[in-house]
Amino acid sequence: MPPTPLLGVELSDAGAHPAAWRLPAADPGHLHDPARWVSLVRAAQRGGLDLVLLPGGLGPADVDGGVRGRLDPLLTASFVAPLTTGVGLVPTVTTTHTEPFHVGKAVQTLDWVSRGRAGWEVAVSRSPEEAALVGRKDVAGGALEEEELWAEADDVAEVVARMEDSWEDDAEVRDVATGRFVDRDRIHAVAFEGDPFSVAGASITPRSPQGRPPVVVRADSAAALRFAARRADVVRVPAHDLATAVAHRRALHRLVAEAGRDPEEVALLVEVVAWLGPDAAERRDALDRWTPTNTNPGTVEHVGDAAGLADLVGAWTGGRDGGAGVDGVVVRPAVLPLDLDALVDDVVPLLRRRGLRPTGPPARTLRGTLGLDRPASRYARVPATAGGAR
Amino acid sequence: MSRRQVHLGAHFPGVNSTTVWTDPRSRSQVDLSSFEHLARTAEEARLDFFFLAEGLRLREHKGELFDLDVVGRPDTLPVLAALAAVTERLGLVGTITTTFNEPYELARQWATLDLLSRGRAGWNVVTSSDAFHGANFRRGGFLPHAERYTRAAELLDVARQLWDAWDDDAVAAAGAGETFLRPGAVRPVDHRGRQFTVRGEPGTPRGPQGHPVLFQAGDSAEGRDLAAREADVVFTAHSTVEAGQAFYADVKGRLAAHGRTEDDLKVLPAVTVVLGDTEAEARDRARHVREQQVTGPAAIAFLEQLWGRDLTAYDPDGPLPAEDPEPEHVSVTRGRVRHHRDPAALARQWREQAAANRWSIRELVIAVGDRGGLVGTPSSVARQVDEAVQCRACDGYILVPHLTPTGLDDVAARVVPLLQERGVFRADYAGPTLRDHLGLGPARRPTTAPADDRRLVAR
Ligand SMILES: Cc1cc2nc3c(=O)[nH]c(=O)nc-3n(C[C@H](O)[C@H](O)[C@H](O)COP(=O)(O)O)c2cc1C
Repeated sequence: MPPTPLLGVELSDAGAHPAAWRLPAADPGHLHDPARWVSLVRAAQRGGLDLVLLPGGLGPADVDGGVRGRLDPLLTASFVAPLTTGVGLVPTVTTTHTEPFHVGKAVQTLDWVSRGRAGWEVAVSRSPEEAALVGRKDVAGGALEEEELWAEADDVAEVVARMEDSWEDDAEVRDVATGRFVDRDRIHAVAFEGDPFSVAGASITPRSPQGRPPVVVRADSAAALRFAARRADVVRVPAHDLATAVAHRRALHRLVAEAGRDPEEVALLVEVVAWLGPDAAERRDALDRWTPTNTNPGTVEHVGDAAGLADLVGAWTGGRDGGAGVDGVVVRPAVLPLDLDALVDDVVPLLRRRGLRPTGPPARTLRGTLGLDRPASRYARVPATAGGAR
Repeated sequence: MSRRQVHLGAHFPGVNSTTVWTDPRSRSQVDLSSFEHLARTAEEARLDFFFLAEGLRLREHKGELFDLDVVGRPDTLPVLAALAAVTERLGLVGTITTTFNEPYELARQWATLDLLSRGRAGWNVVTSSDAFHGANFRRGGFLPHAERYTRAAELLDVARQLWDAWDDDAVAAAGAGETFLRPGAVRPVDHRGRQFTVRGEPGTPRGPQGHPVLFQAGDSAEGRDLAAREADVVFTAHSTVEAGQAFYADVKGRLAAHGRTEDDLKVLPAVTVVLGDTEAEARDRARHVREQQVTGPAAIAFLEQLWGRDLTAYDPDGPLPAEDPEPEHVSVTRGRVRHHRDPAALARQWREQAAANRWSIRELVIAVGDRGGLVGTPSSVARQVDEAVQCRACDGYILVPHLTPTGLDDVAARVVPLLQERGVFRADYAGPTLRDHLGLGPARRPTTAPADDRRLVAR
């Protein structure tokens, strides 16, 4: 775990508030403009944030009254990658309908094009509307079963992990003397046989800079939390107060240990919707008149000045003196780019002053940022020497 | 009449044996910097597009991964999205199979790429080959040849419906309006076909081109019909003038049946290029490239594909095997399309060729595996390209370099200016989109959903 709390930001639509697009400042005519995504991620980079989360399901929108229409998050992250440095790029990837093999090589490729800054937020699709659009699953019986969805996501995560390991790091030998481009003994079949699907061969994509791009999970159900305990490097949870956050932390650590993993290796981030600046309360009231935000039950909101949010981050992440002891925070700016800019320009300097942000340059990879080693391929006969964060 | 204009694409050579990976200048086929180099070279030369192939399983030979060729490639669409960020005008074309994908996901991804690239996306539609690839997918298994094209046709039909479900200017400009979208600007799709049932309001806005430019690669009658019906460009391996003219006449002849004209479908063969200061130097270089590609082990592996059994006991610098192939074992290679109709007859032919020319195994493989390509001085290559286009052997080429990623540097610097001097290649891009570069009209809107059937979506 890194020495200072992690700070991530979720960039969704016009902002976390579903009516954010109604403000001219959100520039609603350009929400699908690639330049907008570059400037948002560059703002996060300017603030030295650890990761940006790019959410988005398969369908047109999550909330009534909100923005409709979204770009594919993984392709958006791939687009932003060459134009940014330092900040981790974490698109949401829906596992319910997509071919696991396509998921695996896409995540690996995001890691290649971002030079080691990729992560992926594993998501399931509960929506009958999305199922009807894809048409692969018969959802005549209504919503898909939560347990089944996460069981399937678990199979997908296993396939992706095996794909990521299927090429050992040194599989490409380019041995001119023998004419061998690769050492085939260092490339391994995925050979996954599951109930909903099986996957036979190795990935077509060689091992990426991080080897295993971090897995992020939004643990918003019991099944999701169990999945997270088995698979996640980063778990984000909604919590409305310190006590809930503490309870989440305890539950996660117990489940992680039960899954045979080290709780120290899983970062727990709490979400906070942020309205910043002198007009924060006014904006919130105005937008709530359009779309009431009890649509975000259980998520803490900060409405007010930068110092208040810095206090909140300190309280959530402080271990002693009654803090919740979580590993960091995911800020969901209520209105983009306003609340993102305020986070970067006003809150981050305060956090720095309080010793809650790192002082050195960012790590080169997202794993490095998270304080995770680069793992050797599970198939490697001679385990690579522990190299530490790159 | 003005001369017919040449269209050119830059094929990222990536995997397999097209490039000489043993060349000290050869760099990564996976790292973004290689893709970026070729794309920037192509864009500076004002080429129409960058092109990526797809292969969804690592090739095997004699039951093991084939280790003599370049292998390992990133995923097509994320690479094109990254290239959209580092180029401004170049078309970005990628190969994606219809056999192991669903229409909704593909429509969404292609619309996204078209938006991210501001109208530069092109999709090379392939139906891919066999159950060997299928074993990596939920969809799995093997679709018979004809059914793959049935699926492809219906998948494209659904994709077009999804792309057309959003109007161009669906987002109400002022955010204070009652709804985010203009009422009626997005219509649900309701497709219930034999292959797919796709219903609902799609989640991705319409790209600047409406539909990405559609390429088709697949040479059978079904493949050519699909191209004539649906594609804007057909990607082919018929790169010689004679074969090209026959192919060109064939596919363009199929257009009228679909109410389309000659200009609606471009024919672009893949072709390699080797330049020299003199014709002799170019020929020497081409020969040298072949010699580097066909190492001893590669020559033996090539023969094993025909003989259907292990031939590693043979000396690549010695004579061909005296006995005939065993037909029941043919196809020791998986993941590669290569059909030998009568292995015994072909083996006899090769033996006779080798004997007549006193060729070793390796020399024979160098000769019979030679796919020609454009070889010559810059001016002779420019003339060959121009003449092939004027005589309707093609509408241009997709250029395949022999070196990753710098293999087209020379062509861009030395051949393209000559084509511009000849007045057959643009000096600058005329418009922002790939459709503009290819001189294509606006995307077709299918008429499957009558207007009065489209419910208004007001939220
Ligand atoms: C020039 C050319 C390029 C092709 N490139 C690819 C490719 O990159 N990936 C792929 O899966 N199939 C590729 N194909 C294969 C075709 O999609 C098709 O599956 C195959 O040729 C069998 O169909 P056919 O009998 O119509 O030719 C290519 C075919 C041609 C002719």
